[in-house]
Amino acid sequence: MQALYAQLLVGLINGSFYALLSLGLAVIFGMLNIINFAHGALYMMGAFTAYFLLHLTGIGYWWALLIAPIVVGIFGMILERTMLQWLAGLDHLYGLLLTFGIALIVQGVFQNYFGSSGLPYAIPDYPQIGEWRGLQGGMNLGFMFLPVYRGWVVIFSLVVCLATWFLIEKTRLGAYLRAATENPTLVRAFGINVPRMITLTYGLGVGLAALAGVLSAPINQVRPLMGADLIIVVFAVVVIGGMGSILGSIITGFALGVIEGLTKYFYPEASNTVVFVLMVLVLLVKPTGLTGRAA
Amino acid sequence: MKQRISALLLGTALALAAGGAMAQDKTVKIGVLTDNSGLYSDLGGAGSTLAAQMAVEDSGLAAKGWKIDIVSADHQNKPDIGTTIARQWIDVEKVDIFVDVLNSGVALAVNNLVKEKNAVMINTGAATSDLTNTQCSPNTIHWVYDTYMLANSTGQALVKAGGDTWYFLTADYAFGHALERDTAAVVVKSGGKVIGTVRHPLNSSDFSSFLLQAQASKAKIVGMANAGGDTTNTIKQAAEFGIVSGGQKLAGLLLFINDVHSLGLKVAQGLNFTETFYWDLNDGTRAFSKRFSERMKNKAMPSMVQAGVYSGLIHYFKTIDAMGGNPHDGVKVVAKMKEAPTDDPLFGKGTIRADGRKLHPAYLFEVKKPAESKGPWDYYKLVGTTPGDQAFRPLSESACPLVKK
Repeated sequence: MQALYAQLLVGLINGSFYALLSLGLAVIFGMLNIINFAHGALYMMGAFTAYFLLHLTGIGYWWALLIAPIVVGIFGMILERTMLQWLAGLDHLYGLLLTFGIALIVQGVFQNYFGSSGLPYAIPDYPQIGEWRGLQGGMNLGFMFLPVYRGWVVIFSLVVCLATWFLIEKTRLGAYLRAATENPTLVRAFGINVPRMITLTYGLGVGLAALAGVLSAPINQVRPLMGADLIIVVFAVVVIGGMGSILGSIITGFALGVIEGLTKYFYPEASNTVVFVLMVLVLLVKPTGLTGRAA
Repeated sequence: MKQRISALLLGTALALAAGGAMAQDKTVKIGVLTDNSGLYSDLGGAGSTLAAQMAVEDSGLAAKGWKIDIVSADHQNKPDIGTTIARQWIDVEKVDIFVDVLNSGVALAVNNLVKEKNAVMINTGAATSDLTNTQCSPNTIHWVYDTYMLANSTGQALVKAGGDTWYFLTADYAFGHALERDTAAVVVKSGGKVIGTVRHPLNSSDFSSFLLQAQASKAKIVGMANAGGDTTNTIKQAAEFGIVSGGQKLAGLLLFINDVHSLGLKVAQGLNFTETFYWDLNDGTRAFSKRFSERMKNKAMPSMVQAGVYSGLIHYFKTIDAMGGNPHDGVKVVAKMKEAPTDDPLFGKGTIRADGRKLHPAYLFEVKKPAESKGPWDYYKLVGTTPGDQAFRPLSESACPLVKK
């Protein structure tokens, strides 16, 4: 039973990454109607930015949490301005192909210079307060040894997810955004700069991916293919949760992390496929996803 | 008239063909079949192709009138893709010899094909000891290391040092299974006990669930029967979950210098594992590695897989040069290669056994502490050496039909 609790908690940790990434995808799809296949590559760029900040300029983890999403977000906005905006109104397939191509190029460039094994990035050891050494070490919960860093990941990503949901669903800015997706011409008539809002939204989605990248840097190796390995699962999460549904993607992200964790305990050989089996089941029963609305 | 002309033509063609066979054919085509883009691409990949190029340059065969070509392809760690490429290479591009071929799943599949088509494979990348045991072939030489040797060297050393209960974390494919099987046998033979095992899919990024199970088992040794990115992530996350600080010891059953470089000494220090090549062993290895590293894009030192490509090809070139030409007959060439002792600056003097196993010493290394290292790539301390004739599976235990008993 103790082992089961531990697996549930571990699943929740992985779920945080799924949630953060699928949230970004959902925001981008919901507002721009683009299936952003470059999401994994942008997540990887977030981790690499954290690595560069630390090793080239000495800027540590805490600042990286702020700077990396901004840097990668700007990169994303440049992508949107120069390439993605021309695809507005076309079939989803074009956006998918373009972003997939971008992902391959970005990953190829990084792999060319940094190889595939990856680079080290340590868990931050500051601030040091009393016995605490930053986020290093762990605590014994009785049923498991919980690394402090993992606990931090769960709490932090939960806060970020909820803040994003609040921003889009409950604020005036979010209302503009949603209105602009429904009817851009009308919203423009009210004097709102719709293209700029769309660019900023893409930047926000990309920033979320980069943030997840920074969060994962101390856990996984900083590798050019770290995103490629993850993105397929995240897409399955988005499909299960319902494309474009903000809250749906957050909840499904955490839930699937837990389900995957349980699979790793009961039948580890299937842990890589369980998400896709679920995806197939959901598509058969409810093609719009668990929380999606019919188109 | 027509008949006479065709008879004449046929005669000319036959004469040409016969003439071609008589003049010694001095062309060779080398196929570097490896992982160029995935989790093992730092161990083989572009570095293996570079090593093959350097072997061609250093062999001096071009000056003797030989024409040697190298082709390279990415098998993406998929046996079906690997065999498709290999088949095309042999049938269409007339590749004579395969090198690298890392990933045990791909290697076993290509091994069958190479035998069927009578080509040559010098396998420097795959780990499974089946290549020279049940699956041995008169066309294949297994050059660098294998699961039996790794198990024998690392496994025995750890059990002797008191690690008598083991829990395995195994990559769920041919390689992981072979490594786990061979290590478990050594552990049991040395008086230890295996108390559990968990199999994870190849190329996983999160190991926390598996590590928790290993932790709960209370085994003294957590044996990592995986490789590449899987191993580095396991080690990194094991540190996070306090596996080592909790008193359990991690055993890296297959680690490469690129993995240690990627982990950094702070995380990797103190790990014990076995390799058959390290760039800083002697003057010969240092000279080669310096030249190699200067030509690598990321300035990496050669892994043992890449060093093996060089060493294996040097021996191959010596053999076909002594034969006076390339007979394009895999069995014949490999038989000749087995007759002559091997000697090169990277692996020193060695021999190739009847079952296709290349013999050379195995080195047990320990990763240095950050303070002991003089700089990048200065990572290993030599702890022990097993001579070549004791490091690998003895012929008396072999199930290879090529071995006469």
